[in-house]
Amino acid sequence: MKARFWASLACLSGLALVLVSCGKKEESAENAQAGQPAATPIDMSTVGSVSGAVKLEGPAPKPKKINMGADQFCASVHPGGGATEEVVTDASGDLANVIVYVKEGLGNRTFDTPKTPVELDQKGCMYSPHIVTLMAGQTFDVKNADQTTHNIHPVPKNNREWNKSQAPGAPDISDTFAREEVAIPVQCQVHPWMKSYIAVFKHPYFAVTGAKGSFDIKNLPPGTYTLEAWHEKFGVSDQTVTIGAKEAKTVTFSFKPATGGD
Amino acid sequence: MQPPYHQAVHRFALFLVACTLLLLIAGALVTSNEAALSVPDWPLSYGTLLPPMVGGIVFEDSHRKIAGAVLLLTLILAIWLWRAEQRRWMRWLGVAAFGAVLGQAVLGGLTVLLNLHYGMPVAHACLAQIFFGIVVSIALFTSNWWNADHPRLEDSGSPSVHSLAFLNAGVIFLQVVLGAGFRHKDIPIWPHLVGAGAVLATVTWTGAALRRRFEQSREMRLARILLHSIFGMQFLLGIGALWSRMSTANAPQPLPVTIAFTVAHTVVGALLFACGVGVILVCRRLVPFQLFEANSLLHREEAAGRNGPRGI
Repeated sequence: MKARFWASLACLSGLALVLVSCGKKEESAENAQAGQPAATPIDMSTVGSVSGAVKLEGPAPKPKKINMGADQFCASVHPGGGATEEVVTDASGDLANVIVYVKEGLGNRTFDTPKTPVELDQKGCMYSPHIVTLMAGQTFDVKNADQTTHNIHPVPKNNREWNKSQAPGAPDISDTFAREEVAIPVQCQVHPWMKSYIAVFKHPYFAVTGAKGSFDIKNLPPGTYTLEAWHEKFGVSDQTVTIGAKEAKTVTFSFKPATGGD
Repeated sequence: MQPPYHQAVHRFALFLVACTLLLLIAGALVTSNEAALSVPDWPLSYGTLLPPMVGGIVFEDSHRKIAGAVLLLTLILAIWLWRAEQRRWMRWLGVAAFGAVLGQAVLGGLTVLLNLHYGMPVAHACLAQIFFGIVVSIALFTSNWWNADHPRLEDSGSPSVHSLAFLNAGVIFLQVVLGAGFRHKDIPIWPHLVGAGAVLATVTWTGAALRRRFEQSREMRLARILLHSIFGMQFLLGIGALWSRMSTANAPQPLPVTIAFTVAHTVVGALLFACGVGVILVCRRLVPFQLFEANSLLHREEAAGRNGPRGI
């Protein structure tokens, strides 16, 4: 009787573990795409564009030093230690790694999901690029160019969370995000300084500023839009812009560093 | 008639206490280094027993290995107690210890597989403290001191020292839960800060009662000194942990000062809870235990009628 009780308890515990190991299966991208309506036709003869720049007004916070001594490989790639990529600016205040996207104004338009995957690489124990943007249902491939092991752990609020390991030379990890979300932090707990962000959109009208802080969003149908600029440290800034037929508009966003510094 | 004293069992129990303390340190290091998910699979690590020991994997896998050793040691102790102990309740306490560490293994696995959600880290942290309390209790119950004869002490105060000791341990455990909730980002810090005040109150009250009521007892004096000392250390470590967290909030990775303070604060918290449990047991061993407080109160009222009122 007692042996049967303990055996039952052990079986129940094992069953619980197995059920948990199978993981939560949310709606897959394929299922989501299967039910997705056809893309709204856009008259390419009338599309316009919006471009511009994002500036940081005021002194930029200095990058923080990263101690990579916990992993010999990482330390060998960065002998003097690494540096954070939270705030990347140049002497002119051009702010890089800002996601600029159409927040409102597209109505109920739907768009085809690109077949080309987006890549997120791990080089020198840092994510490359620091910001990844893609459409919902679009594949992104995680690569490991390093001779060390990483774990890739996106922490979304509106999508399925997962955590996978990737040894040196391991195949790419491919996955998708089913729902729009700006932006999903990506972590590596083997190397806790590694941080990246993934922004997922339902439409193709987004861009990430480069070293010169510039962005260019093309093929926008005529209309009035709310543009939003998102930065991981400085938050968001919105502007409204009206695009006429074949019109190119310029918009400038600016952020201010928080007072009191870090 | 006192049960026979098994020195070997007692020493093994003490060894298990030491290993469990090491396990608590290893577990605290995992959290403080943000390494809990550095090994996404369980029970193997990267599909093997010997994963690459780099970065956070060092802490997570070491924790698992030490946990495996503690599981095995607890099983040995449970079997040993079952075979050697005359006291039936001690045999079942050994089984309870093994059940607790097995539960810890399951919770640890769920913590990883569920990506730190659903309160798993807090449950894992709290059961760890309970398990530690059990193994400390087993070490005490198998000691020569526990099994020797002792004169019974008269408890002249109200509430009884047993009630105070239980309240003290209960409040300490609640503070452990609040601390785990904050550490794993489930709740803000203010409940844990309020809890610190509550622990200060119960530790002071219990210590004062032990001193006033059992001034001549060596064991009660030792229990009081330990309780006050460990609490004092824990309070200072808590201030240090809070300061280090605030001053390194924007650091790109956990820094040594924060790791040191938070690990020490967590482990000394476990020691404080174990001390609270120890005080309960020492009082139980030395002071007659009245099941219902009313009976005790009735006896004291009758005695007061004969001898005059008594203080705390």
